[in-house]
Amino acid sequence: MVGKSIPRVDAFDKVTGRAKYVEDILPQDTLVARIYHSKIANGLVKSIDTTEAEKVPGVVKIVTCFDVTEKHYYPTAGHPWTLDVSHQDIADRLVLTDRVRFVGDDVAAVIAENDVAADQAVRLLKVEYEEYPFVLKPLEAIKPEAPQIHDDFKRNILRVTTREKGNYEEAIKEQGLIRVEGWYSTPIVQHCHIENHICTARTENGKIVISSSTQIPHIVRRIVGQALGMDWGKIRVIKPFIGGGFGNKQDALYEPLCAFLTLQVGGRPVTINVSREETFVSNRVRHPFNVHLISHLRADGTLVARKVAIYSNQGAYASHGHSIAAKGMGALAQLYPCEHFSAEAYTVFTNTPVAGAMRGYGIPQTMFAEESHIEDIIKKLGENSLNWRRNHIMPVGFEDTFSKNVHHYDSFNQCFDKANAYLDYEKKVELYKNQTGEKRRGVGMAAFWYNTAVWPIALETSSCRMILNQDGSLQVQLGETEIGQGADTAFTQMVAHAVGVTIDKVYVISNQDTDVTPYSSGSYASRQTYVAGFSITKTAQELRKKILDVGYRYTRVSVDLLDIVDNNLVRITDNKVVMTLADLANASLYDTDFSQHISAEQTAQAKSNAYSFGCCFVEVEVDIPLCKVELIDIINVHDCGTLINPALAEAQVHGGMSMGIGFALSENLLIDQKTGKVLNDNLLDYKLATFMDHPDLEAQFVQNAEPTSPYGTKGLGEPPTCPVAPAIRNAVLHATGIAINDLPLNPHKLFEAFKEGGLI
Amino acid sequence: MFKEITCSINGKECTKVIDVRASLTDMLRNQYHLTSVKKGCEVGECGACTVLIDGEAYNSCIYLAVWAEGKSIWTLEGLMSPDGELSDIQQAFIDEAAIQCGFCTPGFVMTTVEILNQKKLYTRDELRKLLSGHLCRCTGYQNVLNAVEKVMKDRLNQ
Repeated sequence: MVGKSIPRVDAFDKVTGRAKYVEDILPQDTLVARIYHSKIANGLVKSIDTTEAEKVPGVVKIVTCFDVTEKHYYPTAGHPWTLDVSHQDIADRLVLTDRVRFVGDDVAAVIAENDVAADQAVRLLKVEYEEYPFVLKPLEAIKPEAPQIHDDFKRNILRVTTREKGNYEEAIKEQGLIRVEGWYSTPIVQHCHIENHICTARTENGKIVISSSTQIPHIVRRIVGQALGMDWGKIRVIKPFIGGGFGNKQDALYEPLCAFLTLQVGGRPVTINVSREETFVSNRVRHPFNVHLISHLRADGTLVARKVAIYSNQGAYASHGHSIAAKGMGALAQLYPCEHFSAEAYTVFTNTPVAGAMRGYGIPQTMFAEESHIEDIIKKLGENSLNWRRNHIMPVGFEDTFSKNVHHYDSFNQCFDKANAYLDYEKKVELYKNQTGEKRRGVGMAAFWYNTAVWPIALETSSCRMILNQDGSLQVQLGETEIGQGADTAFTQMVAHAVGVTIDKVYVISNQDTDVTPYSSGSYASRQTYVAGFSITKTAQELRKKILDVGYRYTRVSVDLLDIVDNNLVRITDNKVVMTLADLANASLYDTDFSQHISAEQTAQAKSNAYSFGCCFVEVEVDIPLCKVELIDIINVHDCGTLINPALAEAQVHGGMSMGIGFALSENLLIDQKTGKVLNDNLLDYKLATFMDHPDLEAQFVQNAEPTSPYGTKGLGEPPTCPVAPAIRNAVLHATGIAINDLPLNPHKLFEAFKEGGLI
Repeated sequence: MFKEITCSINGKECTKVIDVRASLTDMLRNQYHLTSVKKGCEVGECGACTVLIDGEAYNSCIYLAVWAEGKSIWTLEGLMSPDGELSDIQQAFIDEAAIQCGFCTPGFVMTTVEILNQKKLYTRDELRKLLSGHLCRCTGYQNVLNAVEKVMKDRLNQ
């Protein structure tokens, strides 16, 4: 059951159009709300004239920032809550604000009977601002003269943390060291799930009921409670099928505002259906990083000392905040361990769209810097890219002092071997060495590691409920959410395995409802398969015990001699089927003396996470006069432990690779430096990878069972995105001799770099 | 302004009074509850709303509902046979693990119907081009391409 490529449990509903997403099940009588977004990058709303807007037929109510009289500031990050006040997320949002901090901030909302009326009314709002100077780049924003965006954060620094090991300053005094230095930067990119965020709210039975396209229903409930100053139990959040999330929906987006608005119209249903343009500007983006790396090496290649500075652009509000830069810094300390390591990471507010979680959580940015830098080092040393990495990458047995993660197997080398064999990498390194033509080939590689789940930074908890039906089948509920990655299918396989039933007897209830579903934090941090593994096995244990106890009553076989195998109670001494599970369930429920509904519910806490490893190898062809990179071949190899469903794992890797390719070659949310306005807020001008933009994607695995997981599994959701961009950058370097450290590698960048490098 | 629109939807003649400003997406979703027609951008960029109009795949979000007068429209809901059997394309999407979040799936399937109705043997590169009007953020397009190619070859006995 586990380890088989069964079809997705939701595939039939999705391929017939029956799977219902939020917009497919809106209340028939819902009102719609449209948001007026700030037109300026920094300032204060002085007044809002609603006179003309109110005249539009169909307008029900206009709610502005001045109607938010009770100021409940709330955090939006989809982190599990912490009772430790010093670790709580920064509460800097209001549902509507007069103090605007980016073009796209939420100032007012029109509630209307239909979209057209709402749109027209939003356009008729007359808003007067007092404009302040603004700042768009983190390296500008930390200067003392920069405009202050939030009162409590001097020089716009949300947080700075450091990581020290050994003594960098002393170590670099050693004679004869080779110094390699580089600045690396990554662009603003957006998640671009095809379903935009949407939510609808109404009141029912004295509660606010919200249906939302979210990855984190239980967390959203808490945040809506905080935003409205209401008891959390008065909020009910329902998550139907959702059309992708990739981290954007790991934030409370418009659920708090939607809940606020329904209360303004007597609890009538109100829907906020976010447009694609708003998704780009007013949801979340991936933090752009500027990374400064300095490495000192001996001539034999030994890494002696390293200095790291990360500047992460937070945008206008804290959202996930410093967690992203801190995670990036942590990864740098471990991929190529070094005795003397000195790092600092800054997260800096600017007047740009808000950055939050996005697939990889700081690691795609950091790995771009790190694996580009490592390639530069190797080039300077005149070494072989693959061999040098083999010799210096995190060794087997390495243990992280903080997380207690252990590199148990020789995963990196095993991954490298597979990728090298597939691409014939080493041969091509030589083959493409001295090219002169207009079109030049190159190969590149990059490695990465990624944490599974968030322990010990934050709580890792998962709850599971199992109910035995009369026919011996099971209903299963988990707080972990299906967002497209295939979680429900993996859970189905894991439950079947843990209980001893066949796949067709397991029904994982896909939709979460915080009034019904047991608590888990949701889909993020590549955590779900790993963490749910603990709660599923723990709950299955309880359920099996109850079943076997009841089984004893009807079979008189000692529970010690009973097992559940393929939907049957089996006497283990002779493998005889003594009762079917269906008969047992029926007998138990309808027993006139001992009627018992058999169910189990458990919470499991994971106090470990696991290194997930992998690499990407690519071959490119660079058209020098056209300044264009064509991807010829690409392979990702992952060690994410034992695969629960190989076909779905492979599909997950394809998607991550594609996202990595977009990050490397084309995606870039552009901001007008004169106004702070996003210039390409649509899928035509924002270039995510299309069908034409990459070749076949090869995904392979090394399956080293993770010792801390009941199923030997570990994270795979985010990892595939992490190594792609640096592998492509290194391949372009190999092809042309030009090192480009500023993503994306689009023709604009290549033209400048090739001109500077004398190629054109 | 409203107008009565008569067209054939999934093989059935239908008439409704429609706001003349409505897109075909709006009409199919709101008047006929055909919710497989997905909205990802509403400006013809993502392909999620693709339906067949007289056999041709269109982004229904940038096709006015009033233009549908007299046309034959097919959505994903119409693909299953009357006895409940999936079309070979739908089955291939399941078998090839070409579905993840499922939001772009209906559009992809409808364009695939159009492509394979040509009864031609296309190369993988040609298929990529024919499918390139659709955006997907989950699959990297890999298994979608495999599914389409598989059905194409099966139908042509290749």
